[in-house]
Amino acid sequence: MAKKEIICAGFGGQGVLTAGMLLINAGMEQDKNVLFYPSYGSEMRGGTANCTVKISDGLIASPISKQPDILFTMNTPAIDKFEERLKPGGLLLVNSSIVPEDRTYRSDITVVKVPATDIAAEVANPKGANLVMLGALAANSDLFSIEYMEEAIVSFFEKKGKGKFNEKNVACYRRGVQGK
Amino acid sequence: MAKVLLKGNEALAEAALAAGCRFYSGYPITPQTEILEYLSWRMDEVGGEFIQAESELAGINMVLGAAAAGARALTTSSGPGFSLKQEGISYLVAADLPAVIVDVMRIGTGLGDIAQGQGDYWQLTRGGGHGDYHTLVLAPASVQENADMMAEAFDLAEKYRHPVLIASDAAIGQMIEAVEIPAFVEHNIDKFDWSIKGCKKGCEQKKIQNVYYTHPDYEGYLADKYRQMEEEQRYENIQVEDAELVLVAYGISSRVCRETVEIARAEGLKLGLIRPITLWPFPVKAFKEAKAAKAFLTVEMNILGQMMDDVKLAVGSNYLVDHYGSIFEIPETDGIIAKAKEMLKKEGK
Repeated sequence: MAKKEIICAGFGGQGVLTAGMLLINAGMEQDKNVLFYPSYGSEMRGGTANCTVKISDGLIASPISKQPDILFTMNTPAIDKFEERLKPGGLLLVNSSIVPEDRTYRSDITVVKVPATDIAAEVANPKGANLVMLGALAANSDLFSIEYMEEAIVSFFEKKGKGKFNEKNVACYRRGVQGK
Repeated sequence: MAKVLLKGNEALAEAALAAGCRFYSGYPITPQTEILEYLSWRMDEVGGEFIQAESELAGINMVLGAAAAGARALTTSSGPGFSLKQEGISYLVAADLPAVIVDVMRIGTGLGDIAQGQGDYWQLTRGGGHGDYHTLVLAPASVQENADMMAEAFDLAEKYRHPVLIASDAAIGQMIEAVEIPAFVEHNIDKFDWSIKGCKKGCEQKKIQNVYYTHPDYEGYLADKYRQMEEEQRYENIQVEDAELVLVAYGISSRVCRETVEIARAEGLKLGLIRPITLWPFPVKAFKEAKAAKAFLTVEMNILGQMMDDVKLAVGSNYLVDHYGSIFEIPETDGIIAKAKEMLKKEGK
């Protein structure tokens, strides 16, 4: 991995910004250069939240991603807004609990569907849908190894004093790795 | 110290405390409000004073008072709020007082909007208030530099007893990067012979006033002060020596230009980059290295190409100088390279 650009997007409250923070924290702990740029300004409650994440061995220039390698989308509006920008051959992660099954996608990208909201509900960790998605991301990209991403998630929440939730968080993450 | 993940605005606030700043007063305005939000709780932890003022004017004038007492004092703003600070900055200059004022630049004239911009170049470098002055201006290009420049800004301010401005912008303020906050240093507010310290009965009274023309050689004193400050040029040159065309950019735009140089050179186009770190004094010295240059292109997030004036003064009239401006969006590599090619074609004729 020399340089990867990821856009995380979804409804406010689905944890897309936290997912972005988990990714740059994982990158930082591997001594990579990292950058996180949130959308900011007048946003509606329940509206779309998104952030751009860049992780690189070299210097990072602009905080804007014109052509991301990975799209981490948790709802339909996020796909509507960003699918067009995804790099050809790029990875699109879809939360199939919410996005209609019959939706069509670009043919030159890899689409991975995970019922993230349903899985999070099943493991009684409804706020963990973003972690299910991160599991799918780790399993379907060379960004971080599956084991390392899990360690980085655990250490992130421990640093924040939220280590007691890690058991359920890891459960979400591992279901995401399995993709079901 | 280990690296932490912080927003540019937060890193700047924490680094101000590390540099010994114990007085802040300012007023909220996007995109710099995180500085106030952060200091509103953090300043208390380190035993300093945080005041959310009733206006920008009150904010800057309280900073003047704290500076007169020898404190490391900070205020920050953006857009129209930064304009409101100008009267106070002019007064700080007149009173020979050190202070640090941060402009987290946002787009636009008048109200403008909250997105990133670099439209305050003239206001920052020409003395934004009334009167006959310049202030030193530092331009960070990363969250780490937001942190590193705080101590430098206070040091310079105290060295010259003069306000120092930091030209940040919304992108640097809002983005999160890994940053190492410099070690905390103590600032002794009684260390200056000029500051007011309270006067016991019978002691010699000290005055901080904003008219120093009673000074025996006021003109000479001022000219000398500015001559010394003009030597504080800081810059970063990237592959300038053999460059056919040199980009000139600061802050967030300079990051894109650094990448542009790399991409252009891979295509065989010899670009270089002069990145002013001090906007005033403008780093004229940096241009001496541009021995092969035929043209200079400023890359700035404004329409008028405000920095072109300084580039033209630095290189003289024998060179083509132009501007690549992007408004609303952070400049992009493709557009910069296309513009550079067009200029070199024109120059070749």
